[in-house]
Amino acid sequence: MKILVCISNVPDTTTKITFTNDNTQFNTSGVSFIVNPYDEIALSRAIELCAGGKGTVTVINVGESVTEPTIRKALAIGADDAVRINADPRDAYFTAYQIAEYAKTTDYDMILCGRESIDYNGSQVAAMVGEFLDIPSISIIKKLDYDGTTATIEREIEGGKEVVSVSGKFIASCAEGTAVATIPNMRGIMSARSKPLQVVEAKEIAQISKVQQFDTPPPRGAVKLVPAEETEKLIGLLHTEAKVI
Amino acid sequence: MSVLVYVEQVDGKFKKSVFEAVSYAKAIADIQGSSLTAISIGNVGEAELKELGKYGASKVLNVANDQLKNFVNQAYASVIAEAAKKENAAVVVLSNSFSGKGLAPRIAVKLEAGLVDGAVELPKLDGGQFLVKKTAFSGKAFAITELTSAVKVIALNPNAFGVKEAAVEATVEAYSPEIKSTDFSAIVKEIVRATNKVSLPDAELVVSAGRGLKAPENWGMIEELANLLGAATACSKPVSDADWRPHSEHVGQTGIAISPNLYIAIGISGAIQHLAGVSSSKVIVVINIDPEAPFFKVADYGIVGDAFVVVPKLIEALKAHKG
Repeated sequence: MKILVCISNVPDTTTKITFTNDNTQFNTSGVSFIVNPYDEIALSRAIELCAGGKGTVTVINVGESVTEPTIRKALAIGADDAVRINADPRDAYFTAYQIAEYAKTTDYDMILCGRESIDYNGSQVAAMVGEFLDIPSISIIKKLDYDGTTATIEREIEGGKEVVSVSGKFIASCAEGTAVATIPNMRGIMSARSKPLQVVEAKEIAQISKVQQFDTPPPRGAVKLVPAEETEKLIGLLHTEAKVI
Repeated sequence: MSVLVYVEQVDGKFKKSVFEAVSYAKAIADIQGSSLTAISIGNVGEAELKELGKYGASKVLNVANDQLKNFVNQAYASVIAEAAKKENAAVVVLSNSFSGKGLAPRIAVKLEAGLVDGAVELPKLDGGQFLVKKTAFSGKAFAITELTSAVKVIALNPNAFGVKEAAVEATVEAYSPEIKSTDFSAIVKEIVRATNKVSLPDAELVVSAGRGLKAPENWGMIEELANLLGAATACSKPVSDADWRPHSEHVGQTGIAISPNLYIAIGISGAIQHLAGVSSSKVIVVINIDPEAPFFKVADYGIVGDAFVVVPKLIEALKAHKG
C-alpha cells in the first residue's frame, strides 16, 4: 500500500497575524511555520494504516525551499519519503493541479490531506485533486478504515454523520477524530535528516485567482459587565440592546 | 448570462442557510443585471421548490432522480456544473456547508473557474475587477480575493449575508443531465442525523462551555440553556480532547469556525486558538470566574462569576422572559 499525504506549511497557531506593504502581504517576520495541524492528523492516520510494514507514506508539499524544515518535521513524524514541488503555492487551484500531476506519475492507493489549511482556510485542495484525477473525494472525514481494497469512511454532515464506502483510489480530507496527531520522537527526528526528499519542478497553468488585499476585523468595543448577582439583567440586554434573542 | 445557486435539501426541505445563499445569489444577479436560476437535486416537492421564488429565484431546475436522492459528491458536482453550462452561468453560488465544501472545488475545476470559499460579503465589481472578501487565518483576518476566470464559484459562509426576500414567480423545470457511472464509485452506506438538535455550523445562537464546567456530567445545565434559547451546543478543545463532548462540538482554530449571531462562552478562558474560531460571532457573552480571562477582552457582555451559580440563574431568568 502507498499513501500520499499532502502537507501545507502554515504559521504556528499562536501567531499574531499582521500584514505589510499596504496590507497586501502576510508579515512572516518572527513567525514560525508548522505542518498544518489538520494535515498532521492525515499524516498520523496514514502512518497508522501503513504500520507494521503494510505500506509506505510519501508526503507532498507544494512550496519553495523555505518549506523544507516543515517537510523534515513530517518525515520525523514518520513519513517514509517526501516530494517538494518547487513553486509558490499561489492558490488552491494551482496547488491541487501540481499534486494531481505528480500523482499521475506515481502509484498510490489513496491520498490524504487535512480538512483545510489554517492560513487561507480553504477546503479546496482535496476535492480539486479528486476532480483533476477523476477519483472520488470525501471531504471532512472523521474516521477512516481500510482493508487493503475498500475504505470505510465517516464524513461529517450538519447534525450528524454519513458512512461512505470506496473501492479504488480516492482522496479524503481529514478532520479531528481521524487520528490523534503523533509527536515525533528523537529517533524520528534523527532519521528524518537522511530520508529521501525529492524536488520536482512545477507545471505552469493560468492564474485565475489572487489575493489583492488583507483586512483585519474591526476591534470590538469594551465589554459590558453585568454583576453576577444581577445575572437576569443579561437576558434583558440581549433582548432589547443586542437584539439577538 | 445568469447566476446559478445550488439549493441543498435535507429530507426534501430547504434550511435557512439555503434561503440565505439564494438571497446572496439574487443580489449578485441584480449587480450583474442577470437572472437567478436555482438547482435542486433530490426529491423535493413542487411547493418547497416554489418557495425559492420568495428570495429571487425566477427559475428552478429540479433534478428528481432516485439515484441522486442522497448526496453523492461527484455526481452532484457533475449535475451542478452541467446546469451552469446550460444556464450560461457567470457565477455559481453554494452554501459553504459540509457538502458545499466537497462540491465547490470540483465544480470550479470542471468549469475552470476561480473559487472563493468562506465568502462573507457580496462581490465588489471595481473597474472590471471581481473581488470577494473571505475569512482567512481562522477568523483573525480577511482576504480580498480577485477572481479572473470567466466563470466564478463562491461558497458563502452561513450567517454572513442574511435572508432577504425579493419575491418573484419561480418556474420549476425538470432537468435530467447525463451522469457517468464512475461518478457513483463512492457509495453512501449510512446517514445518521440527530433531528432534535440544532446543527452547529449554521446555528444562529450557540452556547459553549469549557473546562470550567469541571466534568462531563455537568453539561445538563448547558443543554438546558441551549434548548431554551433554541441554540446549538459547542465546546472548547480541551473538553473534546478529554472526550467530555464529541469532536463535532469543538469550535476553534483546529475545530470548526462559526459565526453565529450570539455566542455564549461559559468557563472558557479564551485561548488564541479558540478565539480564532468564534471571533466573527456578532455578539459574544463570556461567563467566567476569572476576571483576568482573556476572553473578556473580545466579549460584548460579561459576567464574572461561578458558572454553577450564574447559569442556573440565567435559565430561571430566561424562563421568566419567555413567560
